[in-house]
Amino acid sequence: MAIVFQRPHALRETQMHYCPGCTHGIVHRLIAEVIDELGVEGRTIGVSPVGCAYNNYLYFNCDMVQAAHGRAPAVATGIKRVHPDNVVFTYQGDGDLAAIGTAEIIHAANRGEKITTIFINNAIYGMTSGQMAPTTLVGQVTTTSPFGRKPELHGYPLNVCEMLSTLKGAVYVERVSMHDIKNIKNAKNAIKKAFKVQMAGLGFSIVEVLSSCPTNWGIDPVNALKWIEEKMIPQYPLGNFKGKDLEV
Amino acid sequence: MGEKILMKGNEVIAEAALRAGCRHYFGYPITPQTEIAHYFAKKMPQYGGTFIQAESEVAAMNMVYGAASAGARVMTSSSSPGISLKQEAISYAACAELPAVIVNIMRAGPGLGGILAAQSDYFQATKGGGHGDYRMVVLAPSSVQELYELVVDAFNIADKYRTLCMIVGDGMLGQMMEAVEFRDKEDIYQADKSWAVTGTGMERDHNIITSIYIDPEVLEKHNLKLQEKYRKIAENETRVEVFNCEGADIIVAAYGTVARIIKNVIKTAEKEGIKVGLIRPITLWPFPTAEFEKYADVPQAFLSVEMSAGQMVEDVRLAVNGKRPVYFHGRMGGMIPTQKEILEKIREILK
Repeated sequence: MAIVFQRPHALRETQMHYCPGCTHGIVHRLIAEVIDELGVEGRTIGVSPVGCAYNNYLYFNCDMVQAAHGRAPAVATGIKRVHPDNVVFTYQGDGDLAAIGTAEIIHAANRGEKITTIFINNAIYGMTSGQMAPTTLVGQVTTTSPFGRKPELHGYPLNVCEMLSTLKGAVYVERVSMHDIKNIKNAKNAIKKAFKVQMAGLGFSIVEVLSSCPTNWGIDPVNALKWIEEKMIPQYPLGNFKGKDLEV
Repeated sequence: MGEKILMKGNEVIAEAALRAGCRHYFGYPITPQTEIAHYFAKKMPQYGGTFIQAESEVAAMNMVYGAASAGARVMTSSSSPGISLKQEAISYAACAELPAVIVNIMRAGPGLGGILAAQSDYFQATKGGGHGDYRMVVLAPSSVQELYELVVDAFNIADKYRTLCMIVGDGMLGQMMEAVEFRDKEDIYQADKSWAVTGTGMERDHNIITSIYIDPEVLEKHNLKLQEKYRKIAENETRVEVFNCEGADIIVAAYGTVARIIKNVIKTAEKEGIKVGLIRPITLWPFPTAEFEKYADVPQAFLSVEMSAGQMVEDVRLAVNGKRPVYFHGRMGGMIPTQKEILEKIREILK
């Protein structure tokens, strides 16, 4: 009997802790499928963030390092400079990457560190129970913006891909979404290309993934996917910002 | 041993690290230690190593965290305000049991303070600095020659115990030029680093470097393991210089640059018929408590002399444990205690 679908080897056989309807698990799977398809599990080192995915080192079969909040790009820099032939990726949320770790991500990208960042943007702090993130939409209610995000008080949503794509060291920058099958397939292609860009030694690569957080958004999983499509994408347009034509 | 050459303390730190096999340095400019970075920037390419001027002290220490996770001999250096910024990753690295060397060429604080020599980071270095129950080995050289030797030792101790080692010098030690004699070859401790992240090669289970233990029982167990390691370090690695203490009228406790001043005080006092002893902790942690206990009944009093408001004096008091009075003399702000004022203090105590 032919096996047509199975757990990627790069994912460990263990139960994930994510909430129902959360898309972290899908993104993990996509990364693992890419690692399998590129045949690089044995030389991949991942860096886990602080946030909901803090212990995703338990889910990947490759070597993993857990980093302090926002510091994953600096930690990954240290790893990559010691093992330049390894494939090094960071997995970071929007609080981690776009708030406390803004300096680290900008400078890792600007140095053209040959690492890949998978950036989960769900417009909220998940693990600490739904606080406003730099990526929270205008008007979005969170536990620390109970009357909605107001630009005059809280500033505007931070568009990370647009910002990083102005840097020469960032050679591949793409935003994808988890809201339907077609987009999940696009996401996998982007992640694969980002890894290949790193393996070709071209520079820094990042894939921003628009993700759902039904628990902290306070809506059911199906409507959460709709919310990504209808509310998030207008603020965070999908597509490639840099490196579309790179041949790797 | 090779020939004697004249070198600046800060440059000797970098040279010693290279000789100890350190090929990865991450730092951020701050006076009075920046020559360390200059030296690495120039030399690392010759050794095929990495020098990164990071975007911040925070990032630099997290790069150290990454490189140490990857199994490399790695170091960073800074001066007091910069060391404060490194505390986050220092605590994480202590929990994850990562070996690395951190150099603090101390300047006067608090705040931005000044750029001249001080010893006011004793508490920060020996009592935590970062959060949580952790220790790191703190080595305090008092000459450029010793700076070289202790930097090499620091890498070996770090690897042997999977611990952080901090070298504390003051701005004077970093900036002074002195003769130094390098060995032809260093003894490098060959550590088993099978725990490091190198890629599994599909030949072993994955390695994880982490400092998070959500289950309280597991975290307590990990803490107990760390404490046992610190106990072993205290047992094996405590270092101290005891000078002129037999039959001393007074024993002075001093480390680093100040200990050198005390050696001159000893000579001058002798002419007045006062016998001054010196206990110079070389490891500030583990503190050489046993040596103070050993000599606790000998002098009339102890005197701790520091370039601080009185920090090490607390450990001296704990060690002497009330057997003799313990006095303090200190200068702050980058001021150096003079022989004259120390001698006056000694006369006053012995009156």
